[in-house]
Amino acid sequence: MDDFLAARSQMALSLGFHIIYSCIGMVMPFFMAVAHYRWLRTGNATYRNVTKAWSKGVAIFFATGAVSGTMLSFELGLLWPRFMEHAGPIFGMPFSLEGTAFFIEAIALGFFLYGWDRFHPWFHWFTGVVVGVSGLASGILVVAANAWMNSPAGFDYVNGQYLNIDPIQAMFNDAWASQALHMTVAAFAATGFAVAGVHAIMLLKRQNVTFHQRAFAIAAAFGAVAAVLQPLSGDVSAKDVARRQPAKLAAMEAHFRTEKAAALVLGGLPDEKAGQVNYAVKIPGLLSFLAHGNFAQEVTGLDRIRPEDRPPVLVPHLAFQLMVGLGMLMLGIALLYFWARWRRRAWLHSRWLLRLFAAATPAGFLAVEAGWTVTEVGRQPWIINGVMRTADAVTPMPGVVYSFYLFTAVYLSLSVVVVFLLYRQIKMVPVLYDVPPQVSLA
Amino acid sequence: MMAYVVIAYLCLAILAYLLLGGADFGAGIVELFTRGKDRRLLRQTMYHAIGPIWEANHMWLIIAVVILFVGFPRIYSVMSTYLHIPLLLMLMGIIARGTAFVFRNYDAVHDQMQVLYGRVFRYSSLLTPFFLGVIAASLIAGYIDPQAPDFWAAYMGSWLHGFGLAVGAFTVALCAYLASVYTIGEANSAADRRRFVRETRRATVAAVLCGALVFGAAQLEGIPLANWVFGNAVGLSAIAAATASLVALWVLLPDGSAAVLRVLAGFQATMILLAVGYAHFPAFVVLRHGAALSLVRELAPAKTTAALGWALLVGSLFILPALFYLYYSFQRASTRPESAH
Ligand code: HDD
Ligand code: HEM
Ligand code: HEM
Repeated sequence: MDDFLAARSQMALSLGFHIIYSCIGMVMPFFMAVAHYRWLRTGNATYRNVTKAWSKGVAIFFATGAVSGTMLSFELGLLWPRFMEHAGPIFGMPFSLEGTAFFIEAIALGFFLYGWDRFHPWFHWFTGVVVGVSGLASGILVVAANAWMNSPAGFDYVNGQYLNIDPIQAMFNDAWASQALHMTVAAFAATGFAVAGVHAIMLLKRQNVTFHQRAFAIAAAFGAVAAVLQPLSGDVSAKDVARRQPAKLAAMEAHFRTEKAAALVLGGLPDEKAGQVNYAVKIPGLLSFLAHGNFAQEVTGLDRIRPEDRPPVLVPHLAFQLMVGLGMLMLGIALLYFWARWRRRAWLHSRWLLRLFAAATPAGFLAVEAGWTVTEVGRQPWIINGVMRTADAVTPMPGVVYSFYLFTAVYLSLSVVVVFLLYRQIKMVPVLYDVPPQVSLA
Repeated sequence: MMAYVVIAYLCLAILAYLLLGGADFGAGIVELFTRGKDRRLLRQTMYHAIGPIWEANHMWLIIAVVILFVGFPRIYSVMSTYLHIPLLLMLMGIIARGTAFVFRNYDAVHDQMQVLYGRVFRYSSLLTPFFLGVIAASLIAGYIDPQAPDFWAAYMGSWLHGFGLAVGAFTVALCAYLASVYTIGEANSAADRRRFVRETRRATVAAVLCGALVFGAAQLEGIPLANWVFGNAVGLSAIAAATASLVALWVLLPDGSAAVLRVLAGFQATMILLAVGYAHFPAFVVLRHGAALSLVRELAPAKTTAALGWALLVGSLFILPALFYLYYSFQRASTRPESAH
């Protein structure tokens, strides 16, 4: 492995790790706020227990999210110093606002986790909501920085110089709105399905039924709403990519030749040398429609992109298929769930519905990882789209491979410990929170 | 104008991280150097004292980094290139410490794993400030050399020198000192206080010895530290003030008010930073052969600086009141009933 590849892999590893914790950090506070609200309103102890049990899990995730985020803010410089030297002052605005959001989040978290029985109950509840709102704000802000890399704005690039820098304009770049929307909904879908899945598994084991039922209902509702919205937002994103990054669109759709009434390629293995896709199903005209809202319109293929500016095709295409496939799966489960709540209440207690949710536990997070792979690999060979190449940004220090091995070891062991801790939290639910069965499910 | 706001906030964030984050690391260091019953007492006390605030304490580092890469991109880029290795080691410490702290307090089952979390927590509490000290020393030691001919000179020589190691040790001792003074205010009984005072005396002696070590190392390496610190009125008075307050603190330790002790300790650390920082200001990184990267000259373009300055000013309107309320609410929290754990 050469140093350049090592740097890219290390970045991907760190971000792929961080994103899981940050999604949970953004979304779990809202789940807790709902449970907490019900406890304060109804005095039903199960809701207090759900809130407390979740908050312990969240404390673990928060710490991991915070340290991996701290790591990232250094890694940008450790791995890409030449990028940061120029990009820092341009795309730094969202980071400086994010600093405030993080700070408020950390403060509110202190109040929330350690504030049980110490403050007015509604003040305590409010600090939990603040954790969620500021977490969400951080997520939306940091995506602005990534969107800028896809759609650079707020400076003039003249003879290799970055002039007339305007950080506000850079923050409000073209890609921000669609990416931030898609990311936010993704965080809710992924966390909702993951949490609902874990509680579904416990329900299948018939453990602490009341506890897990209530927890499941909250998480599944959030996850299902998000899963319905996600394909809509994904369509907005796809149209946006078609407009601003035709090369990325071509790579993720494995669209090699520019054509009118372009076909949508489903599945298949792209052969980059031959410029064709094998074993795929093609639906005529659909790509033109999805990308431009019109079945006849021309869609730019990779043949219009200079060879040295072409992104890899295989990885973005497969990742894109995976994301969309999982999105459709989650959409299906969500629709079933709504149908069940609306018309078929008996399904809610049926084992097959729970099994479906249990099976979909990792679906959302897999889709998140796949989606980021599309975005990031699809932008290659650029680190700043059309302006700076990734290869020109990498640190001159040799030996990055070793740092990559180190990071891999650290992140792997951390993941193992976190899973282990979570397992123990769940296992301890009967001991810590066993309450007598309550009145009916309202 | 905004340039001064940005520079002031950078200095403030570094100072706040030294005092608050430093005391936080110190808690782990003191734990490392105590045994048995004292260690358990210390651990209990510190958990109650830092549990609610440790995340917030570490935010200062992130604020400092963000100010650096938005406001001083070249400084950030040079630092992260030539000090890559110590930064990496410091990051490993940050990861290990933050996660071990939370794991040991939130693991639902208390068993052998606690021993592991505790050990990781203590050693990483020591390593992280050590490398912070090494990095800080290397910024001003003049060993960073963009023209270096080989790997060793460019990426190892930049930080692996006696002066850096001595400053690293001094930083560790300083953190332990801050933490032990801080714990005195958390003592629940006269007997506890006597124990904490004993810890503090040990840490004070260690800090003074390490301070001497720093001067010794500077002398050997030909770094004109004495000249920086004593060569101007500001440095001289800062050191005089620090020494005077150290004597006062030593005397007041057995029965002085905890708040006064904390203020004195924080004041000393501030004065030390001032004495060293003032001699260099506005240089932030000193390169080999005397060139330097200055906070004034490396500042980002005007619009960025203005936006960053406003973001910091407006941000503090939200942060500072909330932060003070957090500290206020949880001070002496250990004497109140506890239910969540
Ligand atoms: C739960 C997760 C999830 C699900 C179910 C989907 N996505 Fe997605 N997608 C993401 C999670 C995600 C993401 C990880 O959050 C990305 C990466 C960058 C971003 O802003 O969102 C993303 C990126 C992303 C992009 C690239 C955006 C860019 O580069 O600016 C497109 C075109 C889509 N998605 C389209 C879709 C479509 C058509 C879906 C139909 C079901 C879909 N996504 C489901
Ligand atoms: C958290 C979700 C994210 C994931 C999973 C992710 C994933 C990746 C991947 C897979 C790469 C390697 C691409 C390649 O070299 O082929 C990469 C590179 C990179 N990403 Fe992201 N990314 C994420 C978000 C972000 C954000 C928010 C930023 C910016 C602030 C960012 C900045 C970078 C940079 C600077 C690189 C290195 C240069 C490059 O390869 O283009 N990423 N990321
Ligand atoms: C799309 C990608 C990203 C998203 C959605 C995201 C979102 C978040 C969220 C919501 C948090 C707070 C949650 C928690 O503490 O568990 C967080 C933490 C953090 N993130 Fe990210 N982040 C992303 C990428 C990045 C990048 C590229 C950087 C650095 C350059 C970064 C730096 C940080 C830092 C420093 C923290 C710690 C703050 C704290 O202590 O609470 N993040 N991130």
